[in-house]
Amino acid sequence: MIEELLSLAVRSIFVENILLASFLGMCSFLACSKKVETAVGLGLAVVFVLTITSPVTWALNEFLLKDGALYWLGMPDVDLSFLGFISFIAVIAAMVQLVEMIMDKHTPGLYAQLGIFLPLIAVNCAILGTSLFLVEREYGFIESTVFGFSSGIGWALAIIAMSAIRYKVRYSNVPKGLRGLGITMLTTGLMAIAFMAFAGIQL
Amino acid sequence: MSSPATEIKADSAPMFVWNKKTKALITDPFLDDNPITVQVLGICSALAVTVQLNTSLVMAAAVTAVICSSNVTISMVRNLIPPQIRIIVQLSIIASMVIVVDQVLQAFLYDISKALSVFVGLIITNCIIMGRAEAYAMANPPWQSFLDGLGNGLGYGAILVTVAFFRELFGSGSLFGFQVVPEAAYDAGYENMGLMVLAPGAFILLGLLIWAQRSYTGFSEA
Repeated sequence: MIEELLSLAVRSIFVENILLASFLGMCSFLACSKKVETAVGLGLAVVFVLTITSPVTWALNEFLLKDGALYWLGMPDVDLSFLGFISFIAVIAAMVQLVEMIMDKHTPGLYAQLGIFLPLIAVNCAILGTSLFLVEREYGFIESTVFGFSSGIGWALAIIAMSAIRYKVRYSNVPKGLRGLGITMLTTGLMAIAFMAFAGIQL
Repeated sequence: MSSPATEIKADSAPMFVWNKKTKALITDPFLDDNPITVQVLGICSALAVTVQLNTSLVMAAAVTAVICSSNVTISMVRNLIPPQIRIIVQLSIIASMVIVVDQVLQAFLYDISKALSVFVGLIITNCIIMGRAEAYAMANPPWQSFLDGLGNGLGYGAILVTVAFFRELFGSGSLFGFQVVPEAAYDAGYENMGLMVLAPGAFILLGLLIWAQRSYTGFSEA
């Protein structure tokens, strides 16, 4: 069991990195990778929110939305899976709000650091994507939690590495049309190739 | 919120105008104000669905449908939405539109819907749609918002189809699933470029496309 979970974690951090292999969360990746500090903050916030939303969306899907999930209410024929998208996005928005309130109350220091990024996470497609992936791949409760956490770590790793690279790129002579978005895209491509080297790893 | 005076002026104008300004709403997003290469919105799906032309065409159509309908809806209710909760109202309108599109795809194009997998659902968090809702539909009448949505949807689609064209041609030697690279070429030692099908190929190709497009329009970041 532990081995399987460890293997799942390594796979979702390195091999199937949510950003470099599934292209999720690109928008905030491109927008917030200019400074290392903000990248670290945003990365941490994403890990945090993903670890909380993954098990919650799993429970929502398992007990309310899935085909036959309302069996415990005496309604085995009801299939609410078409409501998946709207309920997941609502859960994510609510969770982000909740996390924001809890952090404001108990860890004001961290809250002040992440402040502006927390609301942005609600529309980060890495979060919704992870929820949809765990439904599609039919993960269990613990698997979902591990998958959410390690996807977040993978995303954080990618954005922190990228911000460090962009820091260096700032001092190099990039052709005019390639500056900014273009060179970032090419660098991301090279980073994706580097991460593909992990593909053979089996635990 | 707009003042009552400007609202009356906007309402008294003819509903379906067609002039240079409305035409620019459709043509601008193709090059000068392209949602992907200039506004940097909606990159995720542009990369993920472009292995084949079929899927990217369907994706472009789906996004265009969602962006047009959500722009019109949001524009119609724009004066009723309290500013504090506008994001969640926009999100729920967009999510409803995406559910409709998803159900239609599952009913009529099941194979492609399977191939797109989670990316149909991810149209909800596609920043182009939120971006246009927030930047345009919240401040303009429905008809103009519709055109703006159409233009941005098509501009997005143009990039998607271009990327998919190169990825499918060089990666699989086919277009729309039909083999275009002749067998003789393979016999002579030609090989498909495996990198194009994989994730890094998409990043690099889009980077080059952005370079080409920005060199042409002269747009540059500081």
